[in-house]
Amino acid sequence: MIRFDRVSKRYPPGVDALSDLSFEVAEREMVVVSGHSGAGKSTLLKLAAAVESSTGGAVLVGGQNLSGLSRSALPYLRRRIGMVFQDQKLLFDRSVFENVMLPLSIAGFPPREAAGRVRAALDKVGLASREKALPVMLSGGEQQRLAIARAVANRPRLLLADEPTAHLDGETAADVGRIFNEFHHVGVTVLIATYARELFPAARCLRLDHGKLLP
Amino acid sequence: MKIWLFHHRDAALLAWRRLTAAPLSSLLSLLAIGVALALPAGGQMLLANALQLAGTTSAVPQISIFMAGNAERRAATEIGARLAKYGGVKQVQFLPREETLARMKTSPGLRDVVDALPTNPFPDAFVVTATDDYPDALERLAVEFRQWPKVEHVQLDSAWVRRLDALFRLGRTAVMLLGVLLGAGLIAISFGIIRAQVLTHRAEIEVSALLGATDGFIRRPFLYYGVLLGLGAGIVAWLLVGAAALWLRAPLSELVRLYELTLDLRALDGRDTALLLGFAAGLGWLGAMISLRQHLRQ
Repeated sequence: MIRFDRVSKRYPPGVDALSDLSFEVAEREMVVVSGHSGAGKSTLLKLAAAVESSTGGAVLVGGQNLSGLSRSALPYLRRRIGMVFQDQKLLFDRSVFENVMLPLSIAGFPPREAAGRVRAALDKVGLASREKALPVMLSGGEQQRLAIARAVANRPRLLLADEPTAHLDGETAADVGRIFNEFHHVGVTVLIATYARELFPAARCLRLDHGKLLP
Repeated sequence: MKIWLFHHRDAALLAWRRLTAAPLSSLLSLLAIGVALALPAGGQMLLANALQLAGTTSAVPQISIFMAGNAERRAATEIGARLAKYGGVKQVQFLPREETLARMKTSPGLRDVVDALPTNPFPDAFVVTATDDYPDALERLAVEFRQWPKVEHVQLDSAWVRRLDALFRLGRTAVMLLGVLLGAGLIAISFGIIRAQVLTHRAEIEVSALLGATDGFIRRPFLYYGVLLGLGAGIVAWLLVGAAALWLRAPLSELVRLYELTLDLRALDGRDTALLLGFAAGLGWLGAMISLRQHLRQ
């Protein structure tokens, strides 16, 4: 599902975030990327989600080489990937329901079908009763679950998450970890960058250090 | 197709929500653009009414032929017969000197003067409408008529028509120039407002792009915002022009009545209203489009 082939990412003025990185994530596999702060976990996820492009090597997602992707083709690739961002990127002037509705509207789902999918996603993360609330009215754990609901509303085959349990207390983090494990169990390919490796017992672990994979 | 329509409906509703989210600010923007648009629209209204007024007067150039003061009625009859057969003449109206005198006596202020005259000073006259009303053709006819016997004076009435036409052309050009200048102003205002909108909704734009929104999807609500802004300003301009027409109707009617003319000042007609609203909406869209091109990439 994901293949990094000798991938490098250099930020100006010459800082190497990733160097000569090669690995694969098979379909239906769950992989955790761990490492200390600044190891390159977030950069790796951004490259996989086509949010940024590599400066060397090739990133392939679903067999598609992202470096050869045109600007007009990019949105259609992103629609096939569910992404939970480190800073969640929720829209605070829109309700919980509208936040989850956004990717479905973008993908062009008819309103009725989209509404059904939104409710199913909110139900899955335990936010069905909060659909009219604004994100600011939710707790940190609920906001994280809302971000997950938005990422999975499209029912993507690939789910990427950048530190989904950061800033959450132990119980809430375990709750969020359980949700990801459930998605893995139903066949979704999951790639998570996290400190909390223990929350994802079924996952294969990749350890990053200064932009390089540790053996 | 249905999905495309849903997208447009959602974008239009979102634009409407954004426009009404800050009612005072939106209202002031609409007022500023509306007043700017009202100037060329008002100019167009006045021009249309002036044309209507011109239409009530004799806009067709005519040639007046005055017989010599000592010419007998028989000479005038001969000229009349000659004119009736003349190829370039479309219509002839004979004005007997007695009728001219009688008409002058009915004019207020002239009656006493005319009564004081010992004899009728007016000659028999003809008012000729030519088949070809081009100035050169009329001039040729005038030269011809001047050579006819007992014809004292031939007057060509096309000069004032030319002046009027030149005035109307000047008016049209002024309205067009005003429209272009203030249209550019509308584009600039729309550009600035959409720029502010883009900055306000930066997070939403970023999130939408990350979730797979195309440029078109992201642009759409902003374009609708520009169109709504232009359309709203067009409506404001239309209302202002309508109010001005209502306000000016009575004093203008009174003024033109003094010149023995009638004018019923009308606000913009259906065609001009549609043009104004379409023009305003189009300029709002254009300003938004230019602004989005400039700012979305950033």
